[in-house]
Amino acid sequence: MIYTSVTLYFDAIRADCLISMCYDKKRVEIKVKGWQYMNTVEVSQVSKSFKGVKVVDNVSFNIVQGEIFGMVGPNGAGKTTTIRMLMDIIKPDSGEIKILGEHINENTKNVIGYLPEERGLYKKLTVTESLYYLASLKNMRRSQARDRATQLMERVNMLPHKNKKTEELSHGMGQLIQFIATILHNPELVILDEPFAALDPVNTQLLKDFIRELRSQGKSVIMSTHMMNQVEELCDRILMINKGRAVLYGSLNEIKSRYRNNSVFIECDRLPESITGVAGSKNHGKYVELFLDGKTSPQAVLKDIIDKGAVVNRFEISTPSLNEIFIQVVKEAR
Amino acid sequence: MNKTLLVLKHEFRKIVRSKTFIILTLALPLLVILGFGIYKGVQEWYHPGAPEEVKIGYVDEVGIFDEYTNQDDVLFVLYQSEDAAKQALLAKEIREYFIIPSDYLSTGLITRYTQAREAEPSEKTRGQIADFLISNLLSGEVNPEIIERAKSPVALASIRLDENGEIATGQDVFSSYVLPIVFVVIFMMAIFFSSGTLFQSITEEKENRMIEILLSSVSTRQLLMGKILGLGASGLIQVAVWFVTLEIFAEVASGTIPALSDLSIPTIVLVWAVVYFVLGYLLFAAIYSGIGSIVPTAKEGQGLSVIFVLPSILPYYFSYFIMTNPEGALARALTFFPLTAPLTAMIRIPIKGIALWEIALSVIILIGSIVLTMGLAAKAFRVFLLMYGKRPAFREIVRYIREA
Repeated sequence: MIYTSVTLYFDAIRADCLISMCYDKKRVEIKVKGWQYMNTVEVSQVSKSFKGVKVVDNVSFNIVQGEIFGMVGPNGAGKTTTIRMLMDIIKPDSGEIKILGEHINENTKNVIGYLPEERGLYKKLTVTESLYYLASLKNMRRSQARDRATQLMERVNMLPHKNKKTEELSHGMGQLIQFIATILHNPELVILDEPFAALDPVNTQLLKDFIRELRSQGKSVIMSTHMMNQVEELCDRILMINKGRAVLYGSLNEIKSRYRNNSVFIECDRLPESITGVAGSKNHGKYVELFLDGKTSPQAVLKDIIDKGAVVNRFEISTPSLNEIFIQVVKEAR
Repeated sequence: MNKTLLVLKHEFRKIVRSKTFIILTLALPLLVILGFGIYKGVQEWYHPGAPEEVKIGYVDEVGIFDEYTNQDDVLFVLYQSEDAAKQALLAKEIREYFIIPSDYLSTGLITRYTQAREAEPSEKTRGQIADFLISNLLSGEVNPEIIERAKSPVALASIRLDENGEIATGQDVFSSYVLPIVFVVIFMMAIFFSSGTLFQSITEEKENRMIEILLSSVSTRQLLMGKILGLGASGLIQVAVWFVTLEIFAEVASGTIPALSDLSIPTIVLVWAVVYFVLGYLLFAAIYSGIGSIVPTAKEGQGLSVIFVLPSILPYYFSYFIMTNPEGALARALTFFPLTAPLTAMIRIPIKGIALWEIALSVIILIGSIVLTMGLAAKAFRVFLLMYGKRPAFREIVRYIREA
């Protein structure tokens, strides 16, 4: 990223400031609250009921610029409803939603790219016709749309298919075109609902690279999925929803260390009889899980084992998978 | 650009480029040109030759039928006996023969023999035989002029008078019967084609899962309005093409085809036609978009839409009653019922069988119904658009719309 000019000026009343950057000759303006990056999304105490059932219950979260934010939870947890409220497709019963510091309105839709879970394309239109129409609905000029669509299609080798009707495309190709349509207008916030569903491994990788690139360009990405492993791989912070309630919220690393069950995995030739600071152990066959007493650090335990003459092949601080954390959280809630 | 306008432009371009639209729109002009061409061709090339002389044999047992044997196109040939007549028939000298029995004057009974298979003797033959009998019966009793009159006593000319006793305009069959029917058919096609396309466009976006992608850029209101106006504009173009065709046809036909010399389509009729088309389209657009957003697939919506389409085409089936009695209770009721108002009005206006206050009232009722159904459709659009899967039950629909 090359910033050719950075100017700062204050909005006197709100004590907000505005950073204008020139990036790739395109002017990008990002409002910054105080001296910190401002939140791309601010959701506070939002609730929504359908037929008297609370689908989203008092959910609050923020998303900052340049992060991949995972929204996780089982099917029917309220993820899609929350996203639809962000998109102003559904109105919340109560609570407040702000996108780039503004209450959601006509214009905020133009800075969001949304790939819904239920997605498709116009069967009878060609790839470019579909893309230009969707871009025009984001207030993008046709010439701009044409340039950027060509650029993006080239990257995913779709240029040879640009004049085909979308019904002639394979399923995977259709998915790529839908993703291109989502980011065509260079949105500040990209919302992806189950983006990897029905994608082959090659296209999955392609999409992951795209998502990481968006982050490096300073865009915010919301990824909603029930596939916990993908969240672990990509996300910086997460919001875990279960039955409409936020059950976990924060940095993925912080959450994982919070749910560490204070044990280590060790694989070595000969485990010493007694190790300082280990309260118990469990043999998993190839490796042994050691439960620490809570006062000794894993490093001290490792040192003790090596000092006692064992040759260590693998030593790992056990961190529960997001899936395990989720199951634990749901159990605790009951 | 305004997003409603963008949707409008997209829908409009999509429909006017579709084959169905182009074919349907151009069908009427082409049909008229073709029909006119055939008429002209027939006029030019068809010269009827001299009619073949038909011979009908008869046996006269009364003995007074011996004159006037040469009625137009028919020669009556007298035979002395039934056998002789039969031989002539079998030899194909005559087409048929009949016997006038001796008690004919008291019974009127005539027995006719023919080799042709027929359900009933043709009117022409019956007339020819009758003319021959009348001529002979009256021969010598009255003068030939009276004989001619007795053969065809009435050449009926009916003239309709209006309330003031003045001769009403539009006496000819074409403007009082054919024109309203043409209008009604054009109307049905235009309204149902446009609103049906709207229905398809909504269910299509639902079926191919474009809806949510679109709603991430536009509001439901913008989407619905854009669609309704875009497809309405295409429908208006269609109607305009058809009416201009009719107008040109009326102009040309009244000059060249004698039977249509009185034909003219007053501008005021066209103005009302456009007004009623717009209102009728908007009403059905609202109904169809409501149904389109509720049902998960187009197929399931078809059955539901029949509920509204069937009553709306009642005026077409009742068109004869409306035309013969345009100010009757049935015609009035159908004019004020919103679903049937556009078609009924288009039958009554060309034949001048409607008062201005009736037009005004029906327009007001239509506008009211449009506002009401549009409101309901917009709610249904908002609530049901993102529901896929099963069609909701009627009670659910009512409750959702109330809550919305």
